[in-house]
Amino acid sequence: MSETTPPQEPSAPRRSIRTTRRDFLRGMGLAAGAATMLPSLSAPADEAEATPDAAPATPGLRETGRGPRKIELRINGQTHSLTVEPRTTLLEALREHLQLTGAKNGCDRGACGACSVLLDGEAVQSCLLLAVEAVGKEVTTIEGIAADSRYARLVDAFCAHDAAQCGFCIPGMVVGSAALLNRNPHPSAADIREGLAGHLCRCATHPKIIAAVQAATGTGGPT
Amino acid sequence: MAIAHPFLYEKPGTVKQALQLLAQHGAGARVLAGGTDLVGQLVDGLVRPEIVVDLKGVPDLQEIRMEKDVIHIGALATFTDIMESPLIRKKLPVMAEMTEWVASRGVRNRGTMVGNICSAVPCCDSGPILLVYGGKVLVKSARGQRAVPIAQWFTGPRRTVLAPGELVLGVRVPDPGKHGGAFVKMRRYKGEDLAQASVTALLLAGNQWRIAFGSVAPTPIAGKRVEKLLHGKRLTPALVEEAVALTDQETAPITDIRSTREYRAHMLRVMMRRALEAAASRKAGRGPAYGTELI
Repeated sequence: MSETTPPQEPSAPRRSIRTTRRDFLRGMGLAAGAATMLPSLSAPADEAEATPDAAPATPGLRETGRGPRKIELRINGQTHSLTVEPRTTLLEALREHLQLTGAKNGCDRGACGACSVLLDGEAVQSCLLLAVEAVGKEVTTIEGIAADSRYARLVDAFCAHDAAQCGFCIPGMVVGSAALLNRNPHPSAADIREGLAGHLCRCATHPKIIAAVQAATGTGGPT
Repeated sequence: MAIAHPFLYEKPGTVKQALQLLAQHGAGARVLAGGTDLVGQLVDGLVRPEIVVDLKGVPDLQEIRMEKDVIHIGALATFTDIMESPLIRKKLPVMAEMTEWVASRGVRNRGTMVGNICSAVPCCDSGPILLVYGGKVLVKSARGQRAVPIAQWFTGPRRTVLAPGELVLGVRVPDPGKHGGAFVKMRRYKGEDLAQASVTALLLAGNQWRIAFGSVAPTPIAGKRVEKLLHGKRLTPALVEEAVALTDQETAPITDIRSTREYRAHMLRVMMRRALEAAASRKAGRGPAYGTELI
């Protein structure tokens, strides 16, 4: 696991004094020695670093062997070099190797939409992709969407409409909505329902989610 | 849950290389197209392949094209590709209608029609559609090539006539000419749900009918008795009722997690009536528009 630097180390520059829940839990986990429980496949810290100068992957590239191999993935505009086995799913690669934990592991069978990411701009369930299948593709996760000003209105609308209750489905919902808006900038409520079918919210905030997407696109809904 | 079983992964760049790998590994090889079925099976440990052969390195397999009077749908054409293909919407509108109701956008963006008939679950929506349109499955191996009529393709749940070492290159559907049809699918909710039952009806020139069912037998099946009853006749309300009455004889629904046998049997009759009426009115150029849900 990469985040072994204690936050209080004086030489470590902190971008912000805000501590996220995940940072806090990670710190607690390390303090308790829980790091030993992490999967042995997890990438060492240096693998998560961007390597923008690396050569692009060749389509049709032959990759052999069952064991770990080094691959490069384009994620949120950056090239990441990491070591995965063929059986590693893209979701595992994102969450456990690159610490991009925005995509959630809900059902692990493509039924809930919580793990959605954009693959070359199209929504896909990252639990149904092997990480090696994403080589040569442009992956955009919720982290990339949250940092992209083009989606600021959408993200803000989710907050303004209080669309999240427990929030577990929300990263997938936002990714699904972003894909929908890329295809159809002015969807009707029916288009939004259809576009987000397959994204399940167990708190049942679907009406607020639909209203948020409508508000973000000026196609109706409150505020 | 991670995939427990390790496997080799190869991404051949040509059909020839893919066939070599399949010949070499036989029943230990699994072909990967969209992965929406295979990866789930890997996660569940239901398949433990020696090697996964990713077809996505082979060029041209995603094509949907017209060849003389045959529509060719490549093995890598996704449901989204099919749904958005102007050729399919024009020539095979009932197929386009079906693709709109397959799972969810994310799954349609990856899942392929060829993968759907190769995984061959009884509820696969592509099966009934290819049955009514008389599709053929183009199969290639190191030994040669064959075209299997879809009626001979499925042999049981998750079983087909595809032998180890064989690869499906695509499906081929003859141009049906002017026709009308309807795909009626019952499911519990919109989005990622499999069909509890489906009825597909196709009305061709000369009042020839093609009928197929999904999720109500071990494989997708044709409705031969209804086809025979309706053959050459103009559809009347009385004839519709006769066809509806035959539905019980055509199908063998079971009770499972998605529905009871009785509910399926009842709804099959409702769906048969609506499929026949919609097919006839669409052939005559009247509504309901393709894509309108009929139940």
